[in-house]
Amino acid sequence: MKLSPKSVQRIAWALCWAAGVIAVFALLLIIGFVFVRGVGAIDWEFLSTSPRGGLSGEGGILSALVGTVYIVLLTLAIAGPLGIGAGIYLAEYAKDNWFTSFVRYGVEALAGVPSIVFGLFGFALLVVALHLSFSILSGGVTLACLVLPTIIRTSEEAMKAVPRSYREASLALGATRWQTIRQVVLPAAVPGIVTALILAIGRSVEETACLYVTMGGSANMPTSILSNGRTLSLHLYYLAMETLAMEKALATGVILIATIVVINSATRWLSSFYLARMQGRS
Amino acid sequence: MTGTDRERRLRFLADLTWRQIIVICSVTSFVILALIAAFTLREGLPAFVEIGLAQFLTGTTWDVADNVFGILPMILGSVYVTLGALVLSVPLGVACAIFLAEVAPYRIRQIVRPAVELLVGIPSVVYGLVGMLLVVPLIGRLGGSGDSILAASIVLTVMVLPTIISVSEDSIRAVPRHHKEGALALGATPWQAMWRVTLPAARSGILAGVILGMGRAIGETMAMIMVIGNSIVIPDSPLSPARTLTGSLALELKYAAGLQWNALFATGVILFVFILLLNSSALVMRRRGRT
Repeated sequence: MKLSPKSVQRIAWALCWAAGVIAVFALLLIIGFVFVRGVGAIDWEFLSTSPRGGLSGEGGILSALVGTVYIVLLTLAIAGPLGIGAGIYLAEYAKDNWFTSFVRYGVEALAGVPSIVFGLFGFALLVVALHLSFSILSGGVTLACLVLPTIIRTSEEAMKAVPRSYREASLALGATRWQTIRQVVLPAAVPGIVTALILAIGRSVEETACLYVTMGGSANMPTSILSNGRTLSLHLYYLAMETLAMEKALATGVILIATIVVINSATRWLSSFYLARMQGRS
Repeated sequence: MTGTDRERRLRFLADLTWRQIIVICSVTSFVILALIAAFTLREGLPAFVEIGLAQFLTGTTWDVADNVFGILPMILGSVYVTLGALVLSVPLGVACAIFLAEVAPYRIRQIVRPAVELLVGIPSVVYGLVGMLLVVPLIGRLGGSGDSILAASIVLTVMVLPTIISVSEDSIRAVPRHHKEGALALGATPWQAMWRVTLPAARSGILAGVILGMGRAIGETMAMIMVIGNSIVIPDSPLSPARTLTGSLALELKYAAGLQWNALFATGVILFVFILLLNSSALVMRRRGRT
């Protein structure tokens, strides 16, 4: 029996609907499951105490929360200036030759390299060779290397999207190259650059593999960036795999998802805000 | 721009200084990134020399006590898990992309798209945890412990789905409207126009999305460790436990010494090369899709 084109059409569209429904259902299932099972364990004590009792999995997430903040700030402090600087260089100063395209290709390629390979590097160089041992510093530097390609690429693209005529107008008024970059190109590229930084924050919050081999994972409250520590994601991993405290792991998952939602909405709000402003201006 | 000589000189100086700062920043970045590649290669090279590339890639035993290191079980683990995830996620992802680009009414699209975006942001350990608590017990009913290639594939499917959906949707949308309109004007149904005209035109873009998804699947570490069982065996069925290349690195690195250390870095090199090949082909596909 051969189906008429009309019935094929109906079936095909129905399958596409089904695919859309499955995607949403998967999300609802994951988030619903984590929230329903995890939200009950969250109270003030969970947020305000550190894990204790070794493998018993008691206590809260305070030290992991502090560790996450440390890691995010450290990563931004290192990768932010370096990455934005390199982005400015590639967009504004670099000549169009084979070397520049090689560098661009290299950056692009490194953006896809598995994070655990960065972890190898961080462990061998920072933890072992430079004697930084397992610490927030080792983890932060490793993570900075990991997000560096993304920041370079995104900020370069943001600057390239600024129309050429802006630069020409500024240069024609007698501004120097740097004045043009700082007062004309950068302000117009800000939303793109901020997006790059927010992406880096999101990545730092969710990343686990490269921190697992560089940060140590101590549950104690970190006292400096040389302390052994853990982030929330790492804390979840330890809870699930070593402590087997699933309720606490799910509660940590709730906090993690909530953080990511906040970061996502911040990105979206920011880009629509700037879009509106740019359109209002022109 | 007017100003005294002094002001002009200052401006000129600022221009030069900032240029230097920018150059220093970018050189540092590029050196760091080159260093990562060089360092991994340097530490891994002794393993290739001592074990031999062929022996290393095809050896079926990885035994720290006997100092024998072959990574075939891990290669197979990674490959099976990735293929399993692709078999599930490509049809689902492309169908979902068609849905978002052509079928869904505006309001539904406004719900589905943010949902898909949110899936990207969820930390991989959360996927691993949900996999441990939901997927693994379900598969355990089919036999075995449940920690298996199948479980890992299912978890990965959800993780790579957003990449495949968003890249495919973009490339379906990038196909000029008049292609489709031409087909419709000739009496084709919307599905025929999609299947015979739009999809073939968007093929290279979709393929690029699939390759990017593959890259993400191979690189995934912690979520895989949590659901795959991690035993070093040549997997013989979807229900069999396995270990991935990345999982092997994460589990052994902290306690590695001697040849094992080099063998782990050599594994890193293999991963590196694999991803480079994948990304280059995705790049080529994307470029071809654009012209």
